[in-house]
Amino acid sequence: MRVTVRLFARLRDIAGTAELARDLAPGAQATTVGDVWRQLAKEFPELAGYERSISSAVNADYARMDHVIRDGDEIAFLPPVSGG
Amino acid sequence: MAKILIPTPLRPYTDKLDTVDASGATVGELLADLTRKHAGLKAHLYNDQGKLRSFVNVYVNDEDIRYLQKELTPVSAGDTVSIIPSVAGGSDDRGTGLAAGSAVVDAARPVPQLTNDEVKRYSRHLIMPEVGVDGQRKLKAAKVLCIGAGGLGSPASMYLAAAGVGTIGVVDFDVVDFSNLQRQILHGTPDVGRSKLASAKDRLHAINPEIQIETYETALSSQNALKLFGPYDVILDGTDNFPTRYLVNDACVLLGKPNAYGSIFRFEGQASVFAAKDGPCYRCLYPEPPPPGLVPSCAEGGVLGVLPGIIGVIQATETVKLIMGIGEPLIGRFLIYDALRMKFRELKLRKDPECPVCGTHPTVTKLIDYEQFCGVTPTQGDGSPLAQGGTPVPVNPATEITAAELKQRLDRGDALRIVDVREPNEYQINRIAGSVLIPLGDVPKRYAELDPDEEIVVQCKMGSRSAKAADFLRSVGFKRVLNLKGGILDWIDKVDPSQPKY
Repeated sequence: MRVTVRLFARLRDIAGTAELARDLAPGAQATTVGDVWRQLAKEFPELAGYERSISSAVNADYARMDHVIRDGDEIAFLPPVSGG
Repeated sequence: MAKILIPTPLRPYTDKLDTVDASGATVGELLADLTRKHAGLKAHLYNDQGKLRSFVNVYVNDEDIRYLQKELTPVSAGDTVSIIPSVAGGSDDRGTGLAAGSAVVDAARPVPQLTNDEVKRYSRHLIMPEVGVDGQRKLKAAKVLCIGAGGLGSPASMYLAAAGVGTIGVVDFDVVDFSNLQRQILHGTPDVGRSKLASAKDRLHAINPEIQIETYETALSSQNALKLFGPYDVILDGTDNFPTRYLVNDACVLLGKPNAYGSIFRFEGQASVFAAKDGPCYRCLYPEPPPPGLVPSCAEGGVLGVLPGIIGVIQATETVKLIMGIGEPLIGRFLIYDALRMKFRELKLRKDPECPVCGTHPTVTKLIDYEQFCGVTPTQGDGSPLAQGGTPVPVNPATEITAAELKQRLDRGDALRIVDVREPNEYQINRIAGSVLIPLGDVPKRYAELDPDEEIVVQCKMGSRSAKAADFLRSVGFKRVLNLKGGILDWIDKVDPSQPKY
């Protein structure tokens, strides 16, 4: 299953890119947004600390970490931003 | 059958309808059906040769047909076709003028008449039927509270003042600093050192002397927020730190007042309208604050000067729409703007039934201690962390060294290794002589360059990033690691004023 991941603000800086595509091996259970996040966090360990603070969206619709994803989905991860 | 969205200037020819259903397999057939139903439109859409006029652009589901198959572009049932004539004023009316419903202004408040001077001043509003005299009077009756007179509060309050919002309140307690001028356009160079509120009041009154400016020189807190917000119709959140963001959100939910939200970081901005009736709140999106130090502030991460101009003006736009009850508000929609790529994206948000503040069984029913909630402890001397715009890290004196102590120890000839964990572009601006540069992100890869038996002082701009570096070094076995309190800024203040600050 192939998904597009969009990263914003600090997450983008950490990964060095705003958009990346990832293939996910089908597991025993359905793949969730959280699975995608954890795979990314393995690739970019500095992301790991953000897990509890980010919000996520699937195909531009706010979604939780347990949301089940499908082939071709676009998954966005957004850290909070406080600047004013 | 497809839906055709009719822009405002053409609605006189469609019996004022903003949407017309028409049939046809292509755009051309659809438009032919439309002009059969509303014959008056024909002369406006087509020239004498029967060709679409060049200033009429047609979009199928947001795609310009000029880049598809022009009038032969196929249309399927359920497609949305928009007719978009060019508009000289630089705006682009996609004709989706769904009313926002009732205005937010307190219905019991008298709606004042406009004076002759005001009619002249607001004439470009008054001639638009969507605003008109009624809309302008609603603006005059309205009260908007801007939290912060900084990057977002500047453009937002200036446009609200110009637009004729009758009462604008501004909460801030800072003093104008040189480093503010790159983006905080309320304040000018002669204002450096003045209170931001005094400067804001002068600027807003210069733009529009007809309106009331109320200033509150105080730190917003759980003790004063509900009282301060009470008289206002819309709260515009332009603060720069998480504790105040959550405080503003919760107070807006508790009082049932909409929060025109905006936030910025480096080249990206976010905007939404939270806490509106039936809409989600900030906590539906971010139930928990990030741990202190995780998300850099503008002071730490920087911000493009024009960025708050875009986001603050979006907040002002939403505020004005809410007051007049026109258009489609940014409720349940989260707008993300990327200045570098010049892209806007939108996420759909829903009210979370489990939200601790606005959900069906709220657990937060009064304001709490937001500094504690965000894991921030007040530092002494500089006032509360709410004042600092950063994300201060809890302080442990045993692991810190002050600028004065560091100077003393260096003068004494103590063997100290100073590690600067800022970025190279910051190191170019100023540095402590003899320091080595290892940016925070590189510390895990490069700590082997350091001697674990040596005494190490880590340092950044203000002390947050270096606190994280210190924690990391200790976790990999470094025994003697001290964090320079207040970072290089404090060093320059207390020890080496010859260097520039940023």
